[in-house]
Amino acid sequence: MAVKSESELGWKDIETGCIVTEAGSAAQYPTGGWRSQKPEYDNSKCNKCGLCYIYCPDCSITQQPDGFYKVDMFYCKGCGICAKECPRDVITMVPEAG
Amino acid sequence: MAKRVGMEVSLAIGEAAKLADVDVVAAYPITPQTHIVEHLAELVANGELKSAYIPVESEHSAMSACLGSAAVGARTFTATAGQGLELMHEVLYVAASMQLPMVMAVANRALSAPLSVWGDHSDVMAVRDTGWIQIFTENGQEVFDTVLCAFRIAEDPKVLLPVMVHLDGFHLSHMIEPILISEEDEVKRFLPPFKYPLALDPKKPVTMGAFAPPVIYSEARKAQEVHLAGTKEAIVKCWDEFASIFGRRYLPVETYRAEGAKTLLMTMGSFSETAMETIDKMRADGKDIGLVRLRLWRPFPTTELRQAVKDAETLVVFDRAISLGSQAGPVCSEVRSALYNLEKKPRVASVIGGLGGRDVTVAGFEEIINIGIKMAKKESQQEIEIFGVRE
Ligand code: SF4
Ligand code: SF4
Repeated sequence: MAVKSESELGWKDIETGCIVTEAGSAAQYPTGGWRSQKPEYDNSKCNKCGLCYIYCPDCSITQQPDGFYKVDMFYCKGCGICAKECPRDVITMVPEAG
Repeated sequence: MAKRVGMEVSLAIGEAAKLADVDVVAAYPITPQTHIVEHLAELVANGELKSAYIPVESEHSAMSACLGSAAVGARTFTATAGQGLELMHEVLYVAASMQLPMVMAVANRALSAPLSVWGDHSDVMAVRDTGWIQIFTENGQEVFDTVLCAFRIAEDPKVLLPVMVHLDGFHLSHMIEPILISEEDEVKRFLPPFKYPLALDPKKPVTMGAFAPPVIYSEARKAQEVHLAGTKEAIVKCWDEFASIFGRRYLPVETYRAEGAKTLLMTMGSFSETAMETIDKMRADGKDIGLVRLRLWRPFPTTELRQAVKDAETLVVFDRAISLGSQAGPVCSEVRSALYNLEKKPRVASVIGGLGGRDVTVAGFEEIINIGIKMAKKESQQEIEIFGVRE
């Protein structure tokens, strides 16, 4: 069954007790829309320790097949935690264009 | 056959919860409710009631524990009063909007300051918009019966909401009255085991109490409002079935010698019994007078109220709470708004009394009615009269 987005749901669609019956629905929420700056990686300094991946509060960072890490901009809210925690200064926060 | 026993009303509430075979009691003692949870603690300790008893550290925690217990489908009971109810405040909304069935007895009490442990309806009025079903009671038997009904209503698959049973602090909670304690098999027949259809289950994970951005919050509230308003049918049906088994009938709005009366007094809670005596006395004196008693406070029974007062010219609404800075007692405001758009309606006067445990006698209600009649004749609707206040 196709899942309705929040803006399509009418009051009659609300489940009893406002329960969300579908697991993992938070994945549909684009926290990336909150971002005013974005992390940029200079992988030449990266030792693949994975700390950025562990600390990201939105689970926006995933490891790539080559072992380096990449940010999913749909979720990255630009908090800068990854840049703060990276022990090798791989990550720089740069303002969003526009 | 049910036994008639002389019992303190608070203890009878404990007995009702025991007969309902509650699974979880989470409560914190507070006057004038303490005897209820003390009695339940005793029943659990001596093995008469097989229930989990959670002696929490505050009312906020009591209500929070009840949320969790109801969410796993356990039959849940608690009780509180006054400041305790206010400390629960934010959690009360959660219980209702997450549709977690549970029953709470509230021994209605005044609010500080000045500190008062005595009865009035200030605590109720502060939680009136929390989304709970709220029922008032007038005597010990009604409290006992209403606790049983409250479980049945709360757990009705068409309802699934928390229910408050209001009883006047001290005036009811501490009275020893003859009460018919129902037999276990009758109660079992009336109250089937609780099957919460949404009970937390690791095999079927759900999110309860999720986050709602502006795009969906209004829809959630509208759904809640329509649902709560629609529970009246199930409440009336429960009371009908209660009557067919136990022979005692309850209605959302009840009247006493009100048929065709030009002047009506309206009360809520135990003071209604005193008011009935006043009506008898005034009727004997040849006065055209009757009484309307509000039993169901939430959802508000607008249709039944309109029907009950349709022939009256004057309606004197007696409130045991003051809505500070408002233009009438809280019940009166609601009654006025329920009648305002009608072509033909009585003039409504607001008289407040019985605050912080102050008694109102049979003669007192006669005075209240006379004050109300005078107020209703005036054009001004702004006046509030607080009965019996010394200059
Ligand atoms: S900026 Fe914040 S949200 Fe974005 S990837 Fe780094 S830690 Fe995650
Ligand atoms: S924390 Fe820094 S060094 Fe470690 S994996 Fe992330 S980017 Fe590379």
